[in-house]
Amino acid sequence: MTGSPTKSTVAAWLDERLGWSAIKEFAQHKRIPLHRHTVWYYLGGMTLFCFLVQIGTGILLLLYYRPTAEAAFESVEFIMTDVRFGWLVRSIHSWSANLMLFFAFVHMFSVFFLRAYRKPRELTWVSGALLLFLSLGFGFSGYLLPWNQLAYFATKVGTDILGQIPLIGHWLLTVARGGDEVSGATLTRFFGVHVAVLPMIATFFLVVHLAMVQKQGMSVPIGPSYQNTRTMPFFPNFALRDLVGWTLALGILVLLASIFPWELGVKADPLASAPAGIRPEWFFCFMFQTLKYIPSHVLFMPGELLGIIGFSLGGVALILVPFLDRRAAREERNGLMTAIGCVVILYMAVFTLLAYVR
Amino acid sequence: MIRRLAQRTMIAGHRRSGSGIVVLWCLAIFTWTVALAADAAPAGSSNSCIACHQLQHDKRLRQPAVGLPNDVHFTKGFACQDCHGGDPTGGMAESDPSLAHDSAKGFVGAPTPAQIPEFCARCHSDVERMKQYDPKMRVDQLQEYRSSQHGKKLAQGDAKVATCISCHGVHGILPVADTRSPVYKTNVAATCAHCHADTGYMGPYGIPTNQFKLYRTSVHGSKLLDKGDLGAPTCNNCHGNHGATPPGLTSIAATCGECHANNREFFNQSPHKEAFASLGVGECTACHNHHDIAKPADSLLGVGPGSLCITCHSEGEPGYRAAALMSAKLDSLKTTLHTAHDMLEHASRGGVDVALGKFDLHSADDALIKARTAVHYFDTAKFDEATQAGMVAAGNVVMLGREALADLRLRRIGLAFTLPLILLLALLLYQKIRRIEGR
Repeated sequence: MTGSPTKSTVAAWLDERLGWSAIKEFAQHKRIPLHRHTVWYYLGGMTLFCFLVQIGTGILLLLYYRPTAEAAFESVEFIMTDVRFGWLVRSIHSWSANLMLFFAFVHMFSVFFLRAYRKPRELTWVSGALLLFLSLGFGFSGYLLPWNQLAYFATKVGTDILGQIPLIGHWLLTVARGGDEVSGATLTRFFGVHVAVLPMIATFFLVVHLAMVQKQGMSVPIGPSYQNTRTMPFFPNFALRDLVGWTLALGILVLLASIFPWELGVKADPLASAPAGIRPEWFFCFMFQTLKYIPSHVLFMPGELLGIIGFSLGGVALILVPFLDRRAAREERNGLMTAIGCVVILYMAVFTLLAYVR
Repeated sequence: MIRRLAQRTMIAGHRRSGSGIVVLWCLAIFTWTVALAADAAPAGSSNSCIACHQLQHDKRLRQPAVGLPNDVHFTKGFACQDCHGGDPTGGMAESDPSLAHDSAKGFVGAPTPAQIPEFCARCHSDVERMKQYDPKMRVDQLQEYRSSQHGKKLAQGDAKVATCISCHGVHGILPVADTRSPVYKTNVAATCAHCHADTGYMGPYGIPTNQFKLYRTSVHGSKLLDKGDLGAPTCNNCHGNHGATPPGLTSIAATCGECHANNREFFNQSPHKEAFASLGVGECTACHNHHDIAKPADSLLGVGPGSLCITCHSEGEPGYRAAALMSAKLDSLKTTLHTAHDMLEHASRGGVDVALGKFDLHSADDALIKARTAVHYFDTAKFDEATQAGMVAAGNVVMLGREALADLRLRRIGLAFTLPLILLLALLLYQKIRRIEGR
C-alpha cells in the first residue's frame, strides 16, 4: 500500500472492520466482455444513475412539500417560485423520473433480446422485472403529488380501473383512494407509498439485483462468435465509462430541466369537469389506449376486466420469461422469443403514439 | 290508445240497441285503461273534453287536446274545465257535446282577445292561489299589462295587439325556464319579432320593423343568440315584458343602468346628463345606439378617426381637450398592460412560473375595465383617479414580469456555464480512460 502513513493506517483500520480489500480485490478481478453489444451493458447503470438522482432531488423536495389537498399544490408552487433553485430540483426530479423509466424499459428489452436472463441469471431478471413494476408504481404515485388538475383526473381514471377487478375491486379501490373518491386521503397515502413504501421495497430489490449482477458477471449473447471474446477490467475501465455516461445524462437532465421546466398546471378541483384529452403519463399510455379500444363487453366479460386480466398475465409472463424460454437455457437461439419481443415493442410504441395523436 | 278506445266506445254507443255486451266490454276496457293511466298521468286523462277534441278533424278544435299534455297548467293538475268551465264527465258516452258545453255548469268557451288578460288573471292575479304553485311568481301581470302599449291599445278596442297568449302560447304553455318556450330568454326576440318585424302587421302603427334585425347584429344579440350568454339582455330586459313600453329619452340611463350600474351612476354625475336632456338627445343611445348597440371600442373616445366626442366638441373647446387627454391616458394604460402581458408570456414560454404575475394581471385588467367605465364621468380629474389605479396595478405586473425575465436570463446563463462544465468533466473522464487503456 502506498500513500501517507496516516492514510495507510486509516485504510488498514477500515479494512480490518469492513473487509474493504476483499471488495477491492473482487473489483480488480471483475471483467466485462467486449463485443458489438457491449453498449447495452451501460443501460442498467444509466437507470441506476436516474434512481440516485431521484433520491437526491426527492429528499430536497421533501424539505418543502406538504402532502395535503389544501397545501400540496401551493407548496409545489412555492418550490417552483420562491425556493432558490427549487424549479430546477423539481424539474430534474420529474425529467429524471421519465428518463429512469425510459432507460429501465430499454435495459429490460436489451436484456431480453440478448437472452441475458438465461441460466444462471433468472433471479437477476426477476428482480429487474419487479424493479420495473416498482418504477411504474413510483411514476403513478408521484404523478398525483403536485395535486394539479391533470394528475387528479389521471389518478381518478387509473384507480377506477382497480374497481373493475371482481370481488376485491371495490375494496382495492377504497384502499388506494382512502375512500370512494380521489381526495386528500388519496394524496396522503400516495405520498406515503411514494416516499416510504416503494423506496424501501425498491432498495431491497435493487441491492439484490446489483449483488446478483456482481456475482454472476455480465452475460454474453448466445452464439460461438461471442465465446472467448476480449474483456476489459470493470474497475477502472468500465466504471469510468459508466461515469462518462452518467455525466452526459446529468448534462441532458440539466438541459431538459432548464429549457423545458416541468409545468405545474392548475390546482385540482374535484368539482370541475375532467380536462379534454386527458391521458396518463406516457409509460401507461399503451395500456390506457388498449382499454379504450376494448369493447365494453367481450362475450360474458366486461371489456375493462378483460384488459386488466390481459395486462396482469402479461406482467406475470414478463417475470417468468427465463423459465418460459427453455431454448435459451440450453444456449440455443430462439426466434420465437425475438419475434414476440418485436411485436411487444411495436404494440407499445403504436398504442403510445395513438394515445398522443387521438 | 285512448283515442282508439274512445272511437270504439263512440261507435259502440251508436249500436247500443244491438250490441249491449260489446258496449259494456269496451266501456270496461276504457275505464280500466283510464284508471291505470290515472296513476301516471295528470288530471284530465279521463277528461271527455280531451277525448272528444283529439278526435276532431278541424285542426283548430283538435289543437287544444294535442298540446295540452305538455302544458305547465295541465302538468300541475289543471284541466280544461278549470279555465273554460263545463262538464268534463259528460257528453262522451252520449255523443253529445252540449252536455259537456253546458253553460249551467259554468261553460264559458274560448275568450275573445279582449277578454284574455282578465281570463288569465283570474288565477295569475290571485296571490293566495299562485302561492300554492309558485310562491316566487309575480301576480301583477295584469296591472303591468294595462300600463303597457299593448294593454292600452287593447283597452281602446284594438284586438290586433299582443295579449298573454300571443307570447306564451295557448294549450301547451311551457314554463318560462323551458328552452322550448317562446318566452325563454333566447326565444324572446324572435317572439317579439313575430309581430314587430312584420311590416304589414305593424303598418297601421307607424313604428319601425327593423328592431330584430338591428338587435341581431348588436353586442347583446350576438352574446345571447350566438354565444348563449343568458346574462345578455333581450327585448323585455329593456322594454319590460308585461308592461312593455319604450323607455323615454331621460330614462334610458336608468334602463341601461339596470345592468351597467356604474356607467349609469357616472353618467348621472356627468355634465352630459343635463346637456343631453336639454338637447333632447337619448342618454346612452346618443353614443351607443339602441337596438344595434355595437361592442364599444376605445376609438369612440378621443379626437381621432371613429371618435364620437368630435361630433359635438370642436377643436379648442374644453370638451375636445378633455377627450384628447382621456384617450391618451387610456392608451398609456393599455400600452403598459400590453407590455406586462408580453413580459409574462415571454417568461412563461421560457418555463418560469408566473402564476403570481398572472393573478395580479387580472387586477390590472380589471382596472382597465374600471377606467373605461370611468369615461362616463366625462371629467378628467375623476378619470385620472381610475387610470392611475390601473397604472399602479399594471406597473406592479411589469415589475413582476421584469423579475421573471431576469430569472429566465439567469437560468440561461447558469445553463450556459453548467453545460460546458459537465461536458468538460465527461471529456476529462474520457481522456483518463484513454490514458489508462493506452498504457
